This record gives sequence, C-alpha cells and structure tokens, in this order.
Amino acid sequence: MTGAYVPHAAGYVDNGGPKVVSSRFVHEDSYTLERSLATGGYEGLRAALARPPADVHAEVRDATLLGRGGAGFPAGVKWGFCPEGVWPRYLVVNGDESEPGTYKDRLLMERDPHQLIEGCLITCYALGLSQCFLYVRGEMALGQERIAAALNEAYAAGYVGRNVLGTDFSVDVTLHWGAGAYIVGEETALIESLEGNRGMPRLKPPYFPAAIGLYGQPTIVNNVETLANVPWILANGAEAYKRMGSETSPGTRLFAVSGHVKRPGVYEVEQGVTTFRDLFYGDGFCQGIRDGHELKMFIPGGGSAPWFFAEHLDLPLEAKEVGAAGSMLGSGAIVVMDETTDAVKACHRMVRFFARESCGKCSPCREGTSWEEKILARILDGHGRPSDIDLLLDVGDNISPGPYPVASHPDEGLDAVPFPPRQTTICPLGPSSVAPITSTIRRFRHEFEAKITRGDGIPVSAAPSGGEAGS
Amino acid sequence: MSDETPPVEIPSVDITVDGETVAARPGELLIDACERTGTYIPRFCHHSRLEPVGMCRMCLVEVDTGRGPALQPSCMLPCTPGMVVDTESERTRKAQDGVLEFLLVNHPLDCPVCDKGGECPLQDQTMAFGPGESRFVEEKRHFEKPIPVNENVHLDRERCILCDRCTRFAGEVAGDQLIHFMDRGGQTQVNTFPEQPFASYFSGNTVQICPVGALTAAPYRFKARPWDLEEVESTSTLDSVGSRISVQSSRDRVLRFQGVDADAVNWGWLSDKERFVFEAYDHADRLATPMLRGDALGNRAPDGDALVAAPWSEALGVAADALSAAPADRLAVLGGARLTNESQYAWAKLAKGVFGTDHVDAQLGDGLPAEVVLGLPRATIDRACTPGGTIVLLGPDPKEELGALFLRLRHAVVHDGATLVELTPRRTGLSAHAAHSLRVLPGGAADAVSAMFGGGSPAGAAGLSAEALAAAGATIAAAVAEGRPVTVLVGRPSLAEAAGPVVDAALALHDHLPEAAFLSLLRRGNVHGALDMGLAPGLLPGRVTLADASGVSSVWPTVPTDRGHDAIGILEAAAAGEVDVLVLLGADVLADVPDRDLAERALANAGTVVAVDLFGTPTVARADVVLPAAAPTEVDGTFTNLEGRVSVVARKVTAPGTARPDWAIAVELADRLGTDLGFGSVDDVLAELAAVSPIHAGITPEALAASVREGVLVEGRTALARPDRTEVPVNDAYGLRLVADRSMYDVGVLVAHSPSLAGLAPGAVAGFEPSDLSRHGLAEGEVVDLIADRGTVQVAVASDPGVARGTVHLRVNQADVDAGRLIDASAPVTGIRVGRR
Repeated sequence: MTGAYVPHAAGYVDNGGPKVVSSRFVHEDSYTLERSLATGGYEGLRAALARPPADVHAEVRDATLLGRGGAGFPAGVKWGFCPEGVWPRYLVVNGDESEPGTYKDRLLMERDPHQLIEGCLITCYALGLSQCFLYVRGEMALGQERIAAALNEAYAAGYVGRNVLGTDFSVDVTLHWGAGAYIVGEETALIESLEGNRGMPRLKPPYFPAAIGLYGQPTIVNNVETLANVPWILANGAEAYKRMGSETSPGTRLFAVSGHVKRPGVYEVEQGVTTFRDLFYGDGFCQGIRDGHELKMFIPGGGSAPWFFAEHLDLPLEAKEVGAAGSMLGSGAIVVMDETTDAVKACHRMVRFFARESCGKCSPCREGTSWEEKILARILDGHGRPSDIDLLLDVGDNISPGPYPVASHPDEGLDAVPFPPRQTTICPLGPSSVAPITSTIRRFRHEFEAKITRGDGIPVSAAPSGGEAGS
Repeated sequence: MSDETPPVEIPSVDITVDGETVAARPGELLIDACERTGTYIPRFCHHSRLEPVGMCRMCLVEVDTGRGPALQPSCMLPCTPGMVVDTESERTRKAQDGVLEFLLVNHPLDCPVCDKGGECPLQDQTMAFGPGESRFVEEKRHFEKPIPVNENVHLDRERCILCDRCTRFAGEVAGDQLIHFMDRGGQTQVNTFPEQPFASYFSGNTVQICPVGALTAAPYRFKARPWDLEEVESTSTLDSVGSRISVQSSRDRVLRFQGVDADAVNWGWLSDKERFVFEAYDHADRLATPMLRGDALGNRAPDGDALVAAPWSEALGVAADALSAAPADRLAVLGGARLTNESQYAWAKLAKGVFGTDHVDAQLGDGLPAEVVLGLPRATIDRACTPGGTIVLLGPDPKEELGALFLRLRHAVVHDGATLVELTPRRTGLSAHAAHSLRVLPGGAADAVSAMFGGGSPAGAAGLSAEALAAAGATIAAAVAEGRPVTVLVGRPSLAEAAGPVVDAALALHDHLPEAAFLSLLRRGNVHGALDMGLAPGLLPGRVTLADASGVSSVWPTVPTDRGHDAIGILEAAAAGEVDVLVLLGADVLADVPDRDLAERALANAGTVVAVDLFGTPTVARADVVLPAAAPTEVDGTFTNLEGRVSVVARKVTAPGTARPDWAIAVELADRLGTDLGFGSVDDVLAELAAVSPIHAGITPEALAASVREGVLVEGRTALARPDRTEVPVNDAYGLRLVADRSMYDVGVLVAHSPSLAGLAPGAVAGFEPSDLSRHGLAEGEVVDLIADRGTVQVAVASDPGVARGTVHLRVNQADVDAGRLIDASAPVTGIRVGRR
C-alpha cells in the first residue's frame, strides 16, 4: 500500500489507514448533501438526537477528543467550562486556519462541509445552544462557498434551523468570513473580529471565552477538525474512537506536511502510533526527503513550534511526548527542510511572518517581532554584528521570559526545555516568533556567525552597503 | 447633609506587596491597590477612568496566586486573598526594562522639541530606569508628522506608543469612535478614516491623557515648557457643571486648562469648549479700560455714537449720577451669571440693599423661574448617575450645552446600567442609549407626563402613542417601586418655547414622583450661584424670598418688599421707557435673550445703560457707561454649580489694563452713592454671606480649602412656587412649531474670541422631519422663509429624522440666521409657517 493523491482534493493523500474525518474525500462530490447522506452523513446527529444532551456530552468527553487547533485541550472538558445559568451561550467554530504550513482545515471545509456542520449541530445539541457561528478564513473562498451551499442544503432538508429533524431542538448556524489576519486564529481575537471589531486578542483572565466570550456571553470556541471528529464519535461511540491512536491521544489526526519531502500533502494519521520517521519516509506517506538530500530540520507543529532535528524522528505523533521534547504538534503542520536550507534565512522567513501578522496590540509583540525581523534582515544583508546573536536571544527573552522551549542538543549535552513558553505578551503570537530564533541559534549558531562579518564598532550607516541596510 | 449614611464597613482583601501585607479592596485592580498603599507600578495604558486593556505591558509584575510566581499585568488583575506580589524582583525588572526598551525602539526621542517633554511618563520612566544607550541600530518607523486629526488636535504617530488611551476615550467615554488603530504589526498606528475627522466635542481630553507627546493641542503647541508653567486649581466657569480645572500659565498668560479629576463632578474630563476657552480671556479684544459715549474723534459726548476711553473715576461718576437720579423702581440689573458668588453677592447687595430695586435677574429669559429651580428637591450629579438609577431628561441636549455632565450621564447609561427616559423635542446625544426616547412637541411635555402616568390624553404630545408614553411611565414607576433613584434633568429644551410649559411638566413629574430629585440644566456659567445670591426677582441670598429678609435686614441698608420683574419683564419695561438705568452684568442681551426684537427695543428705550463686561459685544457697543471686568482666570472667589456645589475659583493672571473684579466695581459704585458695602476682599464677602445666608454658614475659606477638589455642597430649598398652568394653543395641521436650541459652538462672545473654537460653529439650517419635508414639498438645501408672528428669517432646509413631526429645528446664535427674530418671549410657543421663495 503506497497511497495516492486524490486528484480533486488538492494535496490530500489517501494512505489507506483508518479514517475518521477524511473518509469522504475520495468522492468527487463529497461536499454535497446527497453524497454525505449516502455515506453515513448526519447519522451521528440522528444518534445524538435520540439521546439526552448530557449523554452526548459525556460520550465526547469519554472519547478524549483533543482540540486540533494547537493547544490540544480535551474538547469535552472545555464544553463543561461555561458558568451555570448564564444564557445565551454560543458555539464559535474557528475556521481561520492560517498557521504557516497548515492546510488541513481548508480541505475539511472544502471537501466535507456537511461533516463540519453535523459536528456543530451535535455540539449545540449537547450543550443546549441555539446559535453557532462558523468563522472561515477570508482567503478561503472555495471553503466559504462550499459551506454556504451546504448550509443552504442542510437548512432546506431540515438538518439546521427550527425543529431539527422534527425534534424540539432548534439551532442556527451563521457563516462568517474573516478579513485576512493570522491573529484571528487566536480565539479571543476571533471573537473580537466576529463582533465586528478589529481582530486583537483579549486578555485572559478575565476574558476566557467560556466565561466571557462573544458579546460578553459564555462561548465555546472549537477548531474545525475537532468538530469534524464529533459525528464519527456519536455514530460509532467513544469506545471505538479510543481504539484508535494512543491512550492519551486517541483517534486520528490530519497532518499537513510541506517542504522537502517527495510527497507533501495532508495525511490522516493514527495519533501516537505513527512516528515522524514513518510519516516522512513511509511508503504510504511522504516517501522520504527529496532526491539526494538529507533531513536538516523540521517544524513539527506549525510556524509557532520550536524546531526538531534528525534525532527526533522516532518520536511518535503524540502531543505529550512532543511537548516534553521541547516542541508541540500544534496545528498539525509539519515543514521539512533538507540540508540545502539556510537556517538563518529560514529563521528570518518565519520571523518575518510573525512580525507582519502581529496585531500591534501589546508592545513586546508589536515592537519585538519587527525588531527581531530587522536584525535578521540585517544579518542576511551582511551588516550583522557579533552582538546581534545575543541581542536576538535577549529580545526574545523580553517577549518570552525565561528558558524558551527548545529541543535537546545532544552534541552540546543540552536538554530539551518542554513546551509551552512563558510570555510578556497578551497572546502567544509574540512568543511564537522566538521559536525559530532559539531553535536555529542553538543548533546552527555557526551559520549565523558565518554571516556576521563586521565588528561592533562600525555604524551601519557608515558601512559600504550592497543592499538597503535595515530596511 | 442630614441624610448622610453612616460609613459602611468595607471588607478588605489582604495581599502581600514586596513582603508587606496591605489591605486591598475587593475587586480592586492590583495596580490601583499598590498605588493607594504606596507602591507605584509604572504604566502607560492604564487609566483609572477607562476600561483596562493590558496593552502596554509596562505594569507586569511577578504575582504568585498559589501556583508559583508568574508575570502578570497588574492593571488587569483584581486582588485576591493571599496574592503575593513582587514589584522589584529580577524577573519583574527584566520584563519592565524590556517593555520600556520596546516602547523606545521606534520612538523618535525628540524630547527637546516635544511639548510633552518635562511632563512625559515615557520620558520620566526612561530617565529613571531606562538604558543609557539604545541597542536598536536600525532605521526607526517613520510617519508624516504631525497630522491634524481635527481642528485642534495634532497627532504625531512616530511618538505614539499605541497605549489605546485616546481611542478608548473616544469610544468608551465620548462615544465618538472616530480615531482607530489601523494597519498592524510594527506599522500599527492611530488614525482617522479619510474624510472623517475626529470631530468630537471632547477631543482635547485625548491630549491630556496621552502618555507621550503624540497628541498635542494646537493652542498649546510650542508655547511653553512644562517646567516654566505655574498652575493653580480652579473651577471652569464656562458652564454650570463647574468642572474642576488646572489653570496653567507662564509669564502672566494662561496657556492651557487641564481637567482635574473631581470624583463628584467631571472625572477629569472637559469639553473642548471648557478646555480652550482660556484663549478668549487672553484675547486682545478684552476691555481694558472704562468707556463712555463719545464722538469719532475720541472726545466725550453724551449722545455720541462711539465709545471713548475714560478714567474709572469719570465712568463711575457718570454711572453713579444716573443711579442716584433714578427712583428704585426704575432701576434694573440684568445678568451676573459670569460672576463669582462673591461678586454676585456684592451686586445683589448693591442692587437690592442699596438701590432698593428687585428688578434683578441673572437669567436672560432663557432659563426657568428661580423659585422652581430652588424649590424642587435637588439632585447631585452622582445621584443622577447612580448605577441602575433612572434619569428623565426634560430639557436641552446635555451634549450640546453641558459637555462634562453629558460624559457623566453617558457613562451612567452606557456602562452603569442607568435607564434613560427622554422627553425632548429633538434627538439628543444620549438618545441612542435611551430606554424611551420620546419626541415631544414644544408645549406638550406636561400633557406627555400626564399621559405617562395614566392621566389625560397625550393631545399635546402629538405623534406619540399612548402606549409609548405608558411604557415610559411604567419604566419609571417600576424604578420607584424597586426603590431605585429617579432623577429628572430639567431645563429649557427650546428657547422658542416659554419656561411655562417646561415648569408645568416638571411640576407634574414632581407630583407623580415625589421621590424624584431634580438636576437643573440651566447652562450659563455661575447661574446657580446667582440664584443662591439673590440675583433673581423675589429672592435674597441663601435661597430665601423677600418675605424672609431676617438674614440680610441687619446688614443691608434696605430690602425691597415687592417682587420685581424678571428678565423679560425688565426688558419689556425698558422697551416701554420705564427703566432709567439698566445695569448689564456681562449680559449680552442682543445675543442671549431669545426674543431679539424685545432686546433691541429695550436697549433703544432704556435710559442710561451701564455695561460691566469682558468684551465690547454689540450690546456693550450701545451702552452709555462701559466698565471692564476681570475674567475668571483673573479673580479669586467661589462658584456654585448646578448641584449647588460651591468650589474655588482661583486667580492665576492679572486682568488687562485696569479691568477689575465685579465685586470691586460694586464696592466702588456703592461708595459713589454714599454707601460702604463693607468689603475689602473676597473673604469679607464670603464672611458676610456665611452670616446672612441660612445655608452658606459652612462656606468658609477653611472648609473650601479642606475640600478643594470636590467643593462643598450647599443644600436647602426655597418654598416651591406653583405658577399658573400655561395654556398652549392647539397646533393646527399645517402649522409647525419652532424648536430653537443651542449647540456647543455658536457665535457667542467667548467662542468667537477663542480662535480654536470660533470656526467650529455649525451654522443654522432649518431641520424638518423627513415626512414634514415632503408634506411641505420642500427639497433639501432649498432656501425658504420661516415666518413667525414676530418676524421672518431665510434659511436652508435640511432633512432631520431627529426632530419631532410638526416642528422645525433651528440652532440659535449662529452666523447669518438669527433665530431670535422669530421668537416672541410672551408667547408660550412659536408657530412657524413656511414660505417658498
């Protein structure tokens, strides 16, 4: 079994393994209600509606469905956080997938919108909610189109709206388009954006969405993939779900692999069973590093994750172990880089992303990320100073104080610093910009030093310059 | 202060700050608790009158709430029992230093040319704790500097540290969210949207709360360095809110007013008019010398058509001769709201106790009868703004007339759950937040009140359904039933509607809601002081009537026995040639009396007109004797605000030329008339007031000094007068009623002499409800005749969904269109017909 790209689901590789969320991707018309119903769609909803809401909630809690957005918090537990007696409450679906390297939610929204809608409905039923907002990233036009069409079908067929399937349960699902900001993937910023404000994160405490969320009401915010798992759990039961994956991370996960592998793509993988090595080199998966090259480093969980190296290949794809090794699985985006990659350039590219996407709300992130970017750009331009390396680390320390999560360095005898980082910022965006810096400097300091050709005493402006210094 | 509640035991929360246990209040933010107990945590975005945002991160401190020490923004963290805080730990210091460095990397460090230099929190922090050298060698962020965000406020985005104070103020406090964050990351900036300037009446507050020199006010730019400024705390006399201000001057010139945070009054906020009006006091046009009639060559000529400078002795002599020749009932004194309490008392004593006339009125036909204002149970601003309270607005738009009060009211309604019921002829700045916003026809408020409480038909409240009125009444009744305070804000919603119908409505509310307290919205300066000092017909100092002269009879040479005319009565008498001497105390009757025709006739037919004023207004130009007075920044004294709160007015600079305080002018005039008023200083006046007034005994220099920020509340009521109910004519189907009200900016003398404000007057248009517009076949922009019995004005038509059907709205005191030409002070309402041209 070697698997194959599914032509109409751009980037998806059917690797023949167990499937929870991508089972319909093989069908060209997987996004239609007709295909959905023909392949068991809305069976989870029917099963849920036949049971009391508390049972449904318990089923999801028992399945230990971990959040797929990045933090990996159990969804069933999160659902129980709303303060008693405060109504109305809302379900908000985070479809603002924009972590560098991540493109699995896009496929879920484009290929199987009914599965997502069904997940929303079951969640609303379990929690007694009657309003759900589906926030979809602004750039994902096809996803928005497919979800809108699916909602129309579902409303017409009586799956959404007043008295769902003839029961007392009524719910509205509202599609909302983002306006193009990475930070809105952060749940409180998403809520601000949904309220019509500038997408900037709120401070926790006190603004934990479960307590004070959308319009000041208790709000559950779940990732697209998380909710896409829910129908399967209700249709097949928590026990069946837990039979897949590992004990602490049951079920499957979508991983979006990009970079220097032979077959980049989205793979549905059993958690905790498959290792990075399996994923990168396995025949059913990425089939190895591109011809004639070797793995230099890889980002295991999106742009915010500290980087891993060859010695981490045998770690299982499981949140806890990856966290202990100094990084995270995050949003399931894996970026593989071979030995042709310039570590400084790769670091700069990633930092530049965070500098540009910083919302500007809190000073350390707003000023710190763009400062880091400028230093890195200066080093790449040939204007680096010996003190810049320590400066980069110290600027990072002022954004994320204390030892920053980082992978072990066996050659130097350095241990891993476990995830997550501390922060002087409001949200994790600022600290995320430190990940590439600490990861690369710790391992490839010599590459930085090689680019730094100048002593500290020379003013940048006085130096003959090939490029635009500091721009 | 009879109903003072005993102090309530407030439970406290013990926290540990730098090893010492301190008692915080429950729910208090850590940053505030620390500051209150002596540990200052640096901050830029935190402002006690704004919602916390935790953006600048300067106030990060290490806090242990049982899960180990962690850096937390102290401006967002409520104190919880057992919290252990370290504001000096190595990690705290590193974090704060880091944030400071971040704030500085793109800051231009142009302190030597920055107006904020010397009073800049960023500069202070940097001097105290910042690094000596920058590690930032890159090019800093550049923006065009500075850009005007409105006529008076300039924004330098390079200096901005994006603390969100100005933008939060604009949205949260003023409700004018016209400045926003734009762009993101390192390019984040505060800006306005194209074609949408920061047109807020309150924009100057953003300058005051800006923690760096990013926002500067045009009138102060490059005028002084903070260390060259002297300041004194005083009271704004611009309107009757009596906002606390700091008057700051250099080289004997006032350079700016800053708001001072008085918890009971203005919370530190000022309207731009209060803030920038100092320019008028400093204006070159101020009267600096007395003047008498003369000819064009500057020679004295009793019937000359010009005014010529004269020495005080001569001018006082002319005035005294006229005064001593006139019998008491042919003397009248108009105005006095500009004066301090002391000056008002001195003039009340001169007019009533020396001249013996009761034809005295500080209001100019644009207010309410004194006995009603002083007779209704009085509310404070705090009572009106009680969280969960109910506010009934029966008066003008506070946003246009009493800016600082508007901000308090808005806060109560928007943030503190107060319920607002409006009975106004036009939408106000608060309507968007009102529970019931009812459009009442001029003259119809009393009927509306009756209908609200289930009596009578809402005939006068045409266009209002009985259901809407009953719903509003039910809201108020529910509040009363639950024991929540009801406060009625009462004032003149329209100058084209006589006081009578408003008084009828206020009394009806008082009858239906005996528990309700009333807050007067009379606007003009120290008008409430004037009423308290007896500058009103029938009243004596201390809110007592002529019948109760026991207080003053021992120290005043005489006391009038019969109630005199009010302002309109005085002007009518003058117009009929029955006033030999008309004294105008800062009364620009040609601008301020609603009835322009009456004012003209009165000035033409009065005998000798003595004007005591700051400026050569059109009224002053027609006076026989002009005496220059000192402005509020040039006198010591006290001020009484609309609550009855007495606070200090402090002298900061010297008056121009030989202008002198109004009380001193009264003393001099009395002296010429052979009477010693007995005042050698402001304190003498205050001492006599405390002795003769039954309610001012507590107003002593010591008491005022002890409560300099909040002032001293004077309580006491006059017997409530119940004038006959005003009969309002029925409005016919084709007629319209005029609603003439004030806007924040007009062509009044103070605004006109404040260069920063003068250009802001919006001008007048005739606002028609859209359906009225089509009913009359009018097009927007069309110029029509508005025809009243009294006169006609030409004005462009505008569609205004905020006005009641059957009314025309016109702003008074605007250039080109003189609404006063339409108003007949003797008519209860002003009917209008529209004439096509």
